[in-house]
Amino acid sequence: MAKPYRARKPRDRRAWYQAAFALGLNGWIPSWFKGEIFQGGVKGICVPALNCYSCPSALGACPVGALQTAFAGLRFNLSVAEKKFGLYVAGFLAAVGSAVGRMPCGWVCPFGFLQELIYKVRTPKLRIPHAATYFRYAVLAVMVVALPLLVVDQFGYGETWFCKWICPAGTIEAGIPLMLLKADLRPLIGFMYHWKVGLLVLFLGWFVFSQRPFCRTVCPLGAFWGLFNKVSLFRMAVDDEKCTLCDKCHKDCPVEIKIYEQANSPDCVRCLRCVSSCKFGAISYEFLGKREVSPDLRADKAAARRDAFPS
Amino acid sequence: MRRRLPWVLLGVALAVMTVGLVFGEYRSVLEKAVTVCLDCIGIG
Repeated sequence: MAKPYRARKPRDRRAWYQAAFALGLNGWIPSWFKGEIFQGGVKGICVPALNCYSCPSALGACPVGALQTAFAGLRFNLSVAEKKFGLYVAGFLAAVGSAVGRMPCGWVCPFGFLQELIYKVRTPKLRIPHAATYFRYAVLAVMVVALPLLVVDQFGYGETWFCKWICPAGTIEAGIPLMLLKADLRPLIGFMYHWKVGLLVLFLGWFVFSQRPFCRTVCPLGAFWGLFNKVSLFRMAVDDEKCTLCDKCHKDCPVEIKIYEQANSPDCVRCLRCVSSCKFGAISYEFLGKREVSPDLRADKAAARRDAFPS
Repeated sequence: MRRRLPWVLLGVALAVMTVGLVFGEYRSVLEKAVTVCLDCIGIG
């Protein structure tokens, strides 16, 4: 006999994917005890996330760090006629963006996962004004592109300004673990280290009260990939005829967007929580010509059909 | 055109990435990635 139909809570297995990616991108276990960073040949492969390559267990290269390094060395390379323009990293970033837009932010990035975990702490919550989300474009343009390119020493080398002055992912994944594991680095601690740890503490505090504040207001990687959301192969869609404007998707969204106003907003991290939470099947996604609505809704409909026509 | 745009972008991006690989940029990224980045950890 068929089981009676019962509406289920939307399933969200994304946290498991995020945990798996966080471990997978930082999976060199021997370094957890020795403090020596992984030096295998695969580490030149960029990973689709803000994951510091100086994290002892990191298996790949952070694209933001690699891009800044390319820009920082560009003038020197041009002066010695070396053909290194950062095309590999820029092409990688654009390829990921044009395929899936900002989706890695919602599914792969360990720092995004950390923010979502900390936000689960039960406290009064704060919304982030939409205007603050434009700050990330300034970070991308100034800290990642302009300053590494323009401020150079007498040899033509620039610095990785975002990594040096802002990146809290580097502090938590690399700075603190290396200081704990390698005693010979500790005498080098100075103003910069205290600045970065202080900034990290401020961000960690903010993560308790606001949803993914770093991704939304500071992250240059999210800023870049967000530009592709409107034109990527993976696309979100909202059926205006089915949408009742109940606002459930907005309440469930980890970046607090109203997807029914702009389906492919640059702020959307494509976590697909809205697809699961919409009980009317109004929100769907499309990839390579295949359109999908909520898997829960599909399962619910299948269960309802089984109840109506038991075999 | 709207449907083709993502494919065009993806093709250009992959072409740019390939040119970078041909110019030996993978090795540059690897060299940076396998040494401790002092800027990243806050002692640079």
